Amino acid sequence: MRMKNRDIISIRDFTKGDIEYVLDKSAQMETDAAKNRRMLEGHVLSTLFFEPSTRTRLSFEAAMNRLGGRVISVAESKSSSVAKGETLADTVRTVEQYSDVIVMRHPSEGAARLAADAVAIPVINAGDGANQHPTQTLLDLYTIRKSCGVIDGLSIGLMGDLKYGRTVHSLATALSHYDVKLTFVSPEALQMPLEIKHHFDERGIPFREIARVEEIGKVDVLYVTRIQAERFPDPTEYERVRGVYKLGPAALETLGKAKIMHPLPRVDEISPEIDGTDNAVYFAQARHGIPVRMTLLSLVLGAFE
Amino acid sequence: MKKELKVSAIRNGTVIDHISPARALDVARILSLETFTDPVALAMNVPSGKIGRKDVVKIENRALSESEVNEIALVAPQSTLNIIKDYEVVEKRKLELPDVIHGILTCVNPNCISRREGSAKFIVEKKHPVILRCYYCERLMRDDEISRRAKA
Repeated sequence: MRMKNRDIISIRDFTKGDIEYVLDKSAQMETDAAKNRRMLEGHVLSTLFFEPSTRTRLSFEAAMNRLGGRVISVAESKSSSVAKGETLADTVRTVEQYSDVIVMRHPSEGAARLAADAVAIPVINAGDGANQHPTQTLLDLYTIRKSCGVIDGLSIGLMGDLKYGRTVHSLATALSHYDVKLTFVSPEALQMPLEIKHHFDERGIPFREIARVEEIGKVDVLYVTRIQAERFPDPTEYERVRGVYKLGPAALETLGKAKIMHPLPRVDEISPEIDGTDNAVYFAQARHGIPVRMTLLSLVLGAFE
Repeated sequence: MKKELKVSAIRNGTVIDHISPARALDVARILSLETFTDPVALAMNVPSGKIGRKDVVKIENRALSESEVNEIALVAPQSTLNIIKDYEVVEKRKLELPDVIHGILTCVNPNCISRREGSAKFIVEKKHPVILRCYYCERLMRDDEISRRAKA
């Protein structure tokens, strides 16, 4: 019962052993999914989404349903008592009376930690502002391991908005537990924050920074994120770089057999022509959200070990 | 009188010694010394055998609360607190930050949940120089931000 009642708030709370444990259990869950249809029968999940989300909420709800559990839901804060001025702590304490586990997304950073401290049942963070989205990171790691067989020893590129992207920050933090070589590909204005680079320096993890994907050389994985126009103070600067961070079929000559990942939704940063190639693993990545979230729900509810 | 202090001794009160240079004004701000009516002496950039240059703050008839001491430790780590009674040092201790800090500062992140409900809490990641991590939003606060945010 290693993770029974544990809150899943930040990837920073995970040791390498914890991560490997979740990935191993997720692989077992994916293989045995058909056998586990009643694993969470009698359990109720509350999904509290104070901010819009499609895939994360659906994938948690699908995961709970596939294990035989039930889901109750607040899909937006307008329809909840928060709109009447209730504190978040009071909201989750009330929801605790109705359910066995809470999955929550909130626009304020730190909201999931506050909620977890307010209740005795486990809380899973489905995104707190620009801070953390730990289940996305775990499914990203699961995808890397499933696509490449291992994580240790890989060369991994992270491309796009590395300055503001919550997903790449969490993934980079998690990868710092592994023996990996990292390449950060971004325009100068959107480089990986110093704080994260210092963290890599302290742990002796090699990384390099480049501005164009053509310079990347051999990598095993390229993780692509969207660059948003509103991040640039000067719109002409955005127009200048936007084309550089689009992957089309020509990019595959540089990337060889590298697996291409993306947290989705994409806009135009990966051409649909890449979708049918062996490089593209981004839809498989979205699919992996199911076994990983099934695993996390059943682990924190003490139904799986 | 010790040569390096260049201010007279106090009878009863508190002397904060070995404050990093230019941080005496932060200490004065934390303790709201501008509204204090008993004698206060601030010495800045005094030569120090231990740290080269230091600031010193002497306050007559004032004992500090634990929360004030923790707040001073944030802006002036490694300073020394002396409690004076009848011109004698009756207690002397080096200021050390606890591992967790409650309620002294507000988080630097305007979108942190602690700015809206509950109270601020920080994990002390590093003591020299001080680096704090917000327990809630995980944002780091470094030395310069901490001084700026210390209670006015």
